[in-house]
Amino acid sequence: MNTMFTRGPSLVSRLALALFVSVILIFIDHKYDGFASVKVYLNSIVSPLQYMASLPGQILNSSAERFTSHQKLLEDNRLLTLQSVSMNEKLQRFELLEKENQRLRLLLGSPIDAPTEKMVTELMAVDNNPFSLQIVIDKGAINGVYEGQTVLDNKGIVGQIMEVGTTNSRVLLLADISHAIPLRIARNNVRLVANGSGKIDELLLEHVAHSADIQVGDMLISSGLGDVFPEGYPTARITSIVQDESRPFAQVKATPIAQLDRLRHLLLLWPEDAPTRPIMQSSEEGQP
Amino acid sequence: MKLRRFVIALSIIIALVLQIVPMPLTVDQYRPDWVLLVLSYWTLALPNRVNVGVAFFVGLILDVLLGTSLGVHSFALCISIFVLAANYQRLRNYSIWQQAVIIGTLSSLYHLIIFWLQHLQTDVNFLFDYLWPVITTMMVWPWIFALLRKVRRQFRIT
Repeated sequence: MNTMFTRGPSLVSRLALALFVSVILIFIDHKYDGFASVKVYLNSIVSPLQYMASLPGQILNSSAERFTSHQKLLEDNRLLTLQSVSMNEKLQRFELLEKENQRLRLLLGSPIDAPTEKMVTELMAVDNNPFSLQIVIDKGAINGVYEGQTVLDNKGIVGQIMEVGTTNSRVLLLADISHAIPLRIARNNVRLVANGSGKIDELLLEHVAHSADIQVGDMLISSGLGDVFPEGYPTARITSIVQDESRPFAQVKATPIAQLDRLRHLLLLWPEDAPTRPIMQSSEEGQP
Repeated sequence: MKLRRFVIALSIIIALVLQIVPMPLTVDQYRPDWVLLVLSYWTLALPNRVNVGVAFFVGLILDVLLGTSLGVHSFALCISIFVLAANYQRLRNYSIWQQAVIIGTLSSLYHLIIFWLQHLQTDVNFLFDYLWPVITTMMVWPWIFALLRKVRRQFRIT
């Protein structure tokens, strides 16, 4: 049916209405964060689309796995065995050191580090929105994920949980322009704050005094201040320091230790004081 | 046939999926605006069925999928689709390449609106890389147009 006269309100009034509603939505969402609870449901509703979108990648991966040669598997196996032996050796020493550390802390009357619970999760989707760096992981509210939770990969901190859906959740990466993380230099405990730059391999350290003792190559670890990230996880390494005396502060850049552009398996942390506890699914019971 | 009723919705869903399929970082910045392309075709072909209202809801879904604050994509999509819906009679008579140029212009408008809205919220900087999709969108338009026209005639959607 090709009607010459459209039914309902005219096009212009429809546009005006749609734009008006959009602006109100943006305002409420951004200024007052008014949709936090609704977004859980919205994310769950659209999650089938995300599963569909990640399907081609999964098919490619599984067919690539099917066609890996025997040779390659043997090689991988050998490497992993070697790695596991050397890690186990380190772990033995680590356990000893941990016990010793706790004894010493007890003697000093300092609080003992509480154990953290962990869960392995997998990357589901990477956002193609060029203005923000976010990823979607395959664990959600049914696994006990909470907002603000720390996400790691095997090298260091990746970011924090931003939105929780029923079966998946959204992670804001360290390098996002709206993200900041309190850090300290592992060498001398100088405290810093690292802001994301919007580029995936760059963090900006702001308000660093010219006289601060920093060097290129310094390792930055999370300081635990601000009660979002737990203390002591490696986060970034300083790559450049520009000391322009005409500026009030030194311009320091760092690069995240976690490889944010090639994430695959991630780790979720539940410290002692987390608002929720992890809920393991039956198939993951065996995981550490 | 039952499928007929869902063809438009189905094509939009496919476009949404294409919009969020994970891709390597180097290819990702050239991803055409699938959603805008598909909505543009339906707006030009059947402006009485697809116009600003549909664009608004699809934009909201896109916002949830891409993690922007609700309303950003719907705002930009509504304006782009409004331009098409208001001028569909003229645009239909243009040759396919002229249409591609118009769609490219709309796509750059769409990206600039999204950039401005994001710029109001966080201080993101403008990079010309953000406009690569405009070129790819222009190049994909003739194929999308031919494909969807075939689909429309096949299923006799009016």
